[in-house]
Amino acid sequence: MSVSEENAEREPVAYQVSAFLERRREQIAQRWADAALFRTVFTVSRDEAVEAGRAVAAALAAVAASGRLDDIRASGFEAVRDQLGRMAASRARTGTDPDGVANEVAALREPATELLRAEFAEPDAPEAHEAVLALTVLMGTLRLVVMETTVSAGEELIARQREQLHEVATPVIKLWESTVAVPLIGTLDSARSQVVMESLLDAIVAERARYAILDITGVPTVDSLVAQHLMKTVAAARLMGAECIVSGIRPAIAQTIVHLGIDLGTVLTRSSLADALAYALSQQGVEIAPLRAVGAAADAGTR
Amino acid sequence: MMQASRHAGPASLPIGSDADLAWVRQQVRQAAAELGFGLVQQTKLVTAASELARNTLVHGGGGHVQITPLDAGSSRGLRLAFVDTGPGIRDLDQALTDGYTSGGGLGLGLSGAKRLVQEFEVDSRPGEGTTVTVTAWATVVPPSRTVP
Ligand SMILES: Nc1ncnc2c1ncn2[C@@H]1O[C@H](COP(=O)(O)OP(=O)(O)O)[C@@H](O)[C@H]1O
Ligand SMILES: [Mg+2]
Repeated sequence: MSVSEENAEREPVAYQVSAFLERRREQIAQRWADAALFRTVFTVSRDEAVEAGRAVAAALAAVAASGRLDDIRASGFEAVRDQLGRMAASRARTGTDPDGVANEVAALREPATELLRAEFAEPDAPEAHEAVLALTVLMGTLRLVVMETTVSAGEELIARQREQLHEVATPVIKLWESTVAVPLIGTLDSARSQVVMESLLDAIVAERARYAILDITGVPTVDSLVAQHLMKTVAAARLMGAECIVSGIRPAIAQTIVHLGIDLGTVLTRSSLADALAYALSQQGVEIAPLRAVGAAADAGTR
Repeated sequence: MMQASRHAGPASLPIGSDADLAWVRQQVRQAAAELGFGLVQQTKLVTAASELARNTLVHGGGGHVQITPLDAGSSRGLRLAFVDTGPGIRDLDQALTDGYTSGGGLGLGLSGAKRLVQEFEVDSRPGEGTTVTVTAWATVVPPSRTVP
């Protein structure tokens, strides 16, 4: 039969797929740019999506040329592994779960196999089927490669959340009799500021504190919501009978707060935690002085 | 597309959660720093971005921000476009009034952000959504005379 003769002459199917991916790279990239995966990651410009599609198609061509259609470690993937990882991470950030990402990658197969089928004069001929099957295997491998990066992106996300949880455990420190302080570090979002307020109020009660210091040296951004949380905390502390001092407002943040139009006029502020503590102590009649001065004072007393 | 540096091409970031807001602030700060914004300028722009991104999330029901570095010869800038397909702003003058809030806020986000940047533009259609675009330019700091 002529078919088997042709079979004998034909180059391995993996090479055919590789040649097809090279030849039709542009068309494939154009179609992928409109697929959910590329469209949702590259929202700014379609050109970027096409460019990314070209890179993936080229990588697949390299993998096919090496004949390792089902090998997720094929060196051809290296060129796009990082890019695929960033794409998967970007999908994860918008809340797409790994299954969703896998489905989006799977959806890239159809546009490619459709183009491949169109290459054959007889799309139902066995060699056409064989080529499409080979490409299907390759696309399945791509999916596994992306899944692998998705899993590590997911681990990163968990690590980030764990870090945020860690931040929530804001310690309230007793600095002196009836003086407590909270050094705030990181993002002060609504959930976290609620925790801060509660633990501070608890500490005020437990320590019978009359002075509470909120140090915001470690808070990178003070916008109107953060300011509102600070003012609420100050007001609540006041109701508990404690005076609140906000310390650590850096110069850049002070300027920004003024431009925002936030009036912290009713809030007692000090530039550093040390100044805030000195203030609280002096209000309680405690003075911090160098030892020599204390000695001098003692001398004065004996005279 | 004008590109100021290899790292800082245009980028689009989703705004759908508090975690996204933190990410947006971080990315804006990094982009501004790479473009040579000073600390105060960075802080102002990041704070404006925080206000506008939160409005996108809270009032607009989520959306995205497009971050575009600008290079106009001697000066470099950063353009941020906050896009949502939410309810839109019916009365822009009112929304831009210090202290006006449709719910629970300080009502200083929109007006405050406007004061923190050099260029500010709101494009809003009731029922269709809101796009707030702001631009800040890095002021060129004259070389210090006290360089060691
Ligand atoms: N993206 C938006 N979509 C719809 N409405 C908005 C948007 N941004 C702002 N607004 C309206 O403008 C008002 C003022 O905004 P803002 O100054 O940020 O104050 P706040 O967020 O504290 O309410 C909001 O209360 C809201 O009604
Ligand atoms: Mg607001």
